[in-house]
Amino acid sequence: MSLSTPAEGTTSRLLPARPVPEDLDAHLAGFGPRPTVEPGAMIDALERSGLRGRGGADFPTGVKWRAVTEEAQHGGGAVVVANAAECEPASFKDRFLLTYRPHLVLDGLEHAAEALGARRVVIYTTRSHSDVEAALRAAIRERRRRDDSDRFVEVLVGPNRYVAGEETALIARVSGHLAKPKMVPPRPFQSGVDRLPTLVQNVETLAHAALIARFGASWFRSVGTERSPGTALLTVSGAVRTPGVLEAACDTTIAAIVDRAGGVDEAPAAVLLGGYFGRWVAADRIWNRTIDADSLRSVGGSLGTGVLVVVPATTCGITETDRVLTYLAGQSAGQCGPCHAGLPAIAETFHKVATGRARPAALELLTRWSNDVSGRGACRHPDGAVLFLTSAMEVFAADLRHHLKQGECRFSGRPSLLPIPAVEAGWW
Amino acid sequence: MVRVRLRVDPIKCKAHGMCGELFPERIRMDDWGYPVIESRPLPDDLLEHALRAVADCPRAALRLDPIDEPGARVRPDDAD
Ligand SMILES: Cc1cc2nc3c(=O)[nH]c(=O)nc-3n(C[C@H](O)[C@H](O)[C@H](O)COP(=O)(O)O)c2cc1C
Ligand code: SF4
Ligand code: SF4
Repeated sequence: MSLSTPAEGTTSRLLPARPVPEDLDAHLAGFGPRPTVEPGAMIDALERSGLRGRGGADFPTGVKWRAVTEEAQHGGGAVVVANAAECEPASFKDRFLLTYRPHLVLDGLEHAAEALGARRVVIYTTRSHSDVEAALRAAIRERRRRDDSDRFVEVLVGPNRYVAGEETALIARVSGHLAKPKMVPPRPFQSGVDRLPTLVQNVETLAHAALIARFGASWFRSVGTERSPGTALLTVSGAVRTPGVLEAACDTTIAAIVDRAGGVDEAPAAVLLGGYFGRWVAADRIWNRTIDADSLRSVGGSLGTGVLVVVPATTCGITETDRVLTYLAGQSAGQCGPCHAGLPAIAETFHKVATGRARPAALELLTRWSNDVSGRGACRHPDGAVLFLTSAMEVFAADLRHHLKQGECRFSGRPSLLPIPAVEAGWW
Repeated sequence: MVRVRLRVDPIKCKAHGMCGELFPERIRMDDWGYPVIESRPLPDDLLEHALRAVADCPRAALRLDPIDEPGARVRPDDAD
């Protein structure tokens, strides 16, 4: 028996009404037991729902499950990995979800394992997110005590490295190697963990899948847009009064989201959209736009992992960009020349510009190098880093010229806004 | 007719630079000595040069990849 379907149009789907971690009893009281869904019906429902991945790539989830299923038919079985790496420094939504509703994610993971007939089921997180690891292990223990299912869910941790959550890096780690990206093809759906067809899915995506299994595709589509149905978890920070994680329908405007985060406490100048792989957009260009993919694409951006940082006019966008770029350059896995040699060169040159020690020609060099390294790594790390840079050069163009000449501006000494994690040494 | 394009595996490539000399029609070197390869499909008259570059790369980092015909069904490859 499942409890009654939540009203269509509700936008509080993934997060509990009260910020209290839900144990299995609370989860079952709210959602009822996980229904058994026949594999074909599950994948059909996902396809009809229009659900897309929430780990950044926005790829249709149903298509991915079907591709893995088809590959797995050649024998050998499949592997399912929930991606809870969340190495994006400005994102907290996956950790938030796993802390408050671990069982919804684990339900989604079991649906995936069942639909794909997985022989290995893994949830991958980051060593420094130790509270998440503990919450997950406790939730899995609870389920095993209750359940007669003997499906074993492994919890694995990787390093807190920006690229360690990229799917081929994650697969390398789960297969017993260093968490560095690999060249594709073969893609994970063809050959992933232990060379088996592998589904890598962000934990938020899995939680949505668990709700679709219970309440159906059209319920899922009852909010959002045709192209971006449903709700999304967002991490809102910067110049808002109550920064944090919230859930919004995908047709909500940035203005309405900021309101729900307590409103701005200073006039906004720009918004960082999608995290450190994302794009800076001038606040007035984006304020009244909705967060669905079509709307954000028209300003050259995407929701990425749901990060929104509101940057006030009193924060120096150039100094922020400088710090993040240096961090991203240091996060290269050091495997591909354009990333390993190019990103540090770009970051150093930008630092010289930001501190007034560069010639004007440096700006052209930065543009040319950005074009050059984009698309030339085994993974998309260089692409993300230069999108961050080139959009900053656009949005903060006047400030950039000022820094080039003066080396600083009256806001350069302000406390920094964007978090930079401690750099970790290993790749294991 | 299968259309192909030249690709480099950037993890294998160690910037020996040979390929830029063997196939300048489609390969230039960036400021750090790594090849920048045009991704357009290769016409027949360039195939010979492309194959020579592939064969002579000391790291076996170059390869010819088929380009999917337009209208091929959506696959997870299309994520990027
Ligand atoms: C450099 C890099 C870092 C990534 N880090 C994460 C991450 O921490 N968590 C995540 O879910 N996806 C991350 N991704 C995306 C994954 O590669 C993959 O697309 C995703 O986990 C698939 O799940 P989804 O379809 O549910 O989004 C990253 C991608 C790149 C290029
Ligand atoms: S592009 Fe950079 S981060 Fe990605 S695999 Fe190559 S060296 Fe590593
Ligand atoms: S010859 Fe091979 S190793 Fe040398 S630069 Fe070209 S692709 Fe790289």
